[in-house]
Amino acid sequence: MFQLFKFNGGVKPPGNKAQSVGQPSATAPLPARLVVPLHQNIGGTPRPVVKAGDRVLKGQLIGEADGWISAAVHAPTSGMVRDIGAYVQPHPSGLSAVSVVIEPDGREEWIERQPVDYRNLPTDAVQTAIRQAGIVGLGGAAFPTHGKTTPAKGVPMEELIINGGECEPYITCDDILMREQGEGIVRGTAIIRDLMQPKKVLIGIEDNKPEAIAAMRAAVAACGENFDVVAVPALYPAGSAKQLTRMLTGKEVPVGKRSTDIGTQCFNVGTVYAVWRALALGEPLIDRMITVTGNVEHPRNWRAPIGMPIADLLALGGPKADTDGVILGGPMMGFVAPDLTVSTVKATNCLIARSRTLFPPAPPEMPCIRCGECARACPQDLQPFEMYWFSRARNFGKTQEYHIFDCIECGCCSFVCPSRIPLVQYFRFAKSEIWAREGDKKAANSAKERFEYKKAREEREKAEKAEKLAKAAAAQAAKKAAEAAATGDSLPVTTPTADDAEAAKKAAIAAAMERAKAQRAAVQPRNTDALNADQQHAIDAVEARRLQAGLETPAADNENPSS
Amino acid sequence: MLIAIAIMALGAVILGAMLGWASIRFKVEGDPLVEKIDSVLPQTQCGQCGYPGCRPYAEAIAKGEEINLCPPGGAEGVQKLADLLGREVKALDAEEKPKQVALIDENTCIGCTLCIQACPVDAIVGAAKQLHTVVAKLCTGCELCVPPCPVECIRMEAIPETIDNWKWKHPVIAIQPVPARKVA
Amino acid sequence: MTLSSPYVLKETSVTWVMTQVCLALLPGIAVYTWVIGPAILIQLALASLAALAGEAAMLKIRGKPLNLFLTDGSALLTGWLIALTFPPLSPWWLIVVGTLFAIVVAKQLYGGLGQNPFNPAMIAFAASIVSFPALMSQWPSQDMHLGLVEHLRIVFGLSPHLDSLTAATPLDALKTGLKLGEEAGASVAGLLANAQTFGHVGGRGWEWITLAYLIGGLWLCLRRIITWHVPASFLAAVVVLSGALWLYDPREFANPLFHLFSGGVMLGAFFIATDPVTCASTPRGKLIFGAGCGLLAYVIRVFGGYPDGVAFAVLFLNICAPLISLLTQPPVFGAKGRN
Repeated sequence: MFQLFKFNGGVKPPGNKAQSVGQPSATAPLPARLVVPLHQNIGGTPRPVVKAGDRVLKGQLIGEADGWISAAVHAPTSGMVRDIGAYVQPHPSGLSAVSVVIEPDGREEWIERQPVDYRNLPTDAVQTAIRQAGIVGLGGAAFPTHGKTTPAKGVPMEELIINGGECEPYITCDDILMREQGEGIVRGTAIIRDLMQPKKVLIGIEDNKPEAIAAMRAAVAACGENFDVVAVPALYPAGSAKQLTRMLTGKEVPVGKRSTDIGTQCFNVGTVYAVWRALALGEPLIDRMITVTGNVEHPRNWRAPIGMPIADLLALGGPKADTDGVILGGPMMGFVAPDLTVSTVKATNCLIARSRTLFPPAPPEMPCIRCGECARACPQDLQPFEMYWFSRARNFGKTQEYHIFDCIECGCCSFVCPSRIPLVQYFRFAKSEIWAREGDKKAANSAKERFEYKKAREEREKAEKAEKLAKAAAAQAAKKAAEAAATGDSLPVTTPTADDAEAAKKAAIAAAMERAKAQRAAVQPRNTDALNADQQHAIDAVEARRLQAGLETPAADNENPSS
Repeated sequence: MLIAIAIMALGAVILGAMLGWASIRFKVEGDPLVEKIDSVLPQTQCGQCGYPGCRPYAEAIAKGEEINLCPPGGAEGVQKLADLLGREVKALDAEEKPKQVALIDENTCIGCTLCIQACPVDAIVGAAKQLHTVVAKLCTGCELCVPPCPVECIRMEAIPETIDNWKWKHPVIAIQPVPARKVA
Repeated sequence: MTLSSPYVLKETSVTWVMTQVCLALLPGIAVYTWVIGPAILIQLALASLAALAGEAAMLKIRGKPLNLFLTDGSALLTGWLIALTFPPLSPWWLIVVGTLFAIVVAKQLYGGLGQNPFNPAMIAFAASIVSFPALMSQWPSQDMHLGLVEHLRIVFGLSPHLDSLTAATPLDALKTGLKLGEEAGASVAGLLANAQTFGHVGGRGWEWITLAYLIGGLWLCLRRIITWHVPASFLAAVVVLSGALWLYDPREFANPLFHLFSGGVMLGAFFIATDPVTCASTPRGKLIFGAGCGLLAYVIRVFGGYPDGVAFAVLFLNICAPLISLLTQPPVFGAKGRN
């Protein structure tokens, strides 16, 4: 018997999963238009590599990964690129970002698919292949997968965890994927296992999915692997990477550290399946399983292209008349789509048609009575009501003292609050304010630094100028004095005032020339100072050739900044 | 009576000596208050307060200048200064503007370098007779480059809200009376 | 404005929580009525009316929505607790004044629900016992069997012969008895043998009421409306301290069982000290809070001038609650691996 550990807190919201697993998954028909956002991952925004009017093939690269932590974006089908521009994103803000609009031609012409011989390639080549295939965490975080496959230095990899928890109500896309594509998942897991070399591989699945557990056990046996398929108690948020790791290994990942730092790593089942498809079949990540459920006639899982407008996907489920919106993701952590034109992205796992009967509007917020229900429900062992007081009062320093950045926004606290306080929203508000403030503070510090540098530079330039001026004036005066000494006896009657005035004038002109020289020198840095003998020799040779060619006289170049 | 006075006097002398010793022993170099005020100011170096930079204004505040003269700091900045100094919060002595960034119209710029000299934080790059441009990331939005431009090619633009700088809002929900339930 | 997730919420509300606590008081109230008589029902009605009226007036003045806050049940619960802690035959105005003081001063002036640092019911009790010590010490004697009409007449001041019907509480009787009988060599055992005042383990009749409170409180713990920490440490502290002194000198000090089933210990441990608003908020903090209440309650009731110490003990620990919470923050998830 596998030894399971427990995490504190957690809640049991009604599952509502049975509706959408009644039928096997189906492939969604191509919509009239696909809007593929470029920034679908955590990290750098991919750069578009196609332009409007280009014809693209299915699986063709349209956005190139920018930086190591970034993931490429590919055309989900063959067709014409109609536009590259700002479109409303599936994001709670409802703001726009750059997307590629593709009009499918219906021919589904693939690029040449080349399987990667991952068994005989070095680790970094496999990682690059995963990055090129645009694979990100499909559980919802969308962190580029290749970036998670490097074990921490000096920490042996103990457990590789494959997350089939799927604890959020309504969502069943991982459940159906495990039932139908168990082998692909197991083979994808084996690829990651070869990359990371863990001692054990654990596949954690909530015990409310017995079919998926059976399917995965069969697939593991069929592939001849020694992975442990472990049923974990269904308790939200058991599917959160931190809580699942805790349940399976007893280890807790501290905030600010990576799970590899304690010798574990966690991947979603959909992610490893995508890895297998990318390497074994050469198919980049261009579609994914999405649950369409909630207030619809035919709840079901659809294999839908990335970039499919949610209105089209929702239509497949047949929304009922009183549908008044769509929740993207689960009801605990998802968000309401800003409008129905937004498209699905790699992180979209579920569409829930919303109605007032299924999701009644939030009752009025009452004052906090400090009952502590939220603290008992919190899987991160936080004190949500304390963080709430300080978030509400905008006392952000205090919220950090109560570890607001350990909050995983799972929604357990809001779920149980008898005062119906939208606690998580207070925490999201406080977190984004803290981030903004930290950004401002950093910007202010760097502005201050640059300001002080500029001031120092100006001071220095002024001092240098003054010094030069003084030097020139002194030289002039000395020359004058010498002249005067030489001619002093012969011209003793010259009016000294006129002489002085003239000297001053000359000095001023010299200073102006000096200034101009200094400015020129400042504007044009010279690489002809401090030459060694060879360089000087080479230059002399060049000058000689120039002279021969009659281009210019070297004597003309008589500026010598070292004087 | 005399003894009492003597005791009090002795106490005064001892305590005075201790204070004097502490003031020498625990002397802090520089003025930490000015540093603290300076760290609250937004470091735009814009001079809108009437002082040539944030630090001079910080020094002035330490000497008793008003705390509501910094428009980039906004009402929140005034609040922070008030908290720091234990003074009354005052309304900002100017309009609060959204954060801005300078933008050079590349068709009009003649490359005169005047804006480069005016920029307090070296956020404009370019050389004589070369096109100038503003490094938006470094620009503090102080507007000091706008007046020197002889061809008026610099304009200030509010920083647009994008997904990267978007913030969750404070969830203030008006507490409304629950609609009266129908009597069955 | 659309709110962010979660979009599903558990079926719960402040009203539901308060209702559960009120329900848990019902066994106690039933036994109280049976043992002492219907006077307690009169007091409960008076306290409820005063609490709701005071709450409504204050909400109106403060511009808060009446129907939302009046139906939350918190004022009602405060009123019930006041009624259960006041002498049942005290004049009507005493409980009305006490309740109004609790609601207006101790609760609403601090900002209403969730904002009061002190338990309003205990503020009412403390203010009244300080202001009207005589009236607050007149408890009905056990052998009085009067009907509802008689009780109504007494409460509304129509029957002036109150003194003959009242007696001190068992705790008071024990304390006074020990003091008066010091030279005569009075012992606890001897005093407890007086069947007129004392029953099997605690005060005669009162022990059954206290038992009913215990049952209601355990039901609350089982339903997870309150956590076990405060009642457990409260009762444990009383048992440990009274047990130690009883072992030291059984002639001078009553046994732990007597202390558990006398006075306000059960009501305090399960219904008053557990008030979440004024209690410490962390599990360890709650243990400290409960233990503090228990120790102080025992010290005040045995060595102090007041017949019982629960009210003052709870109020004192209310002051300490924020500090206790601050110092007993539990480690967060992953704290072990943090730098």
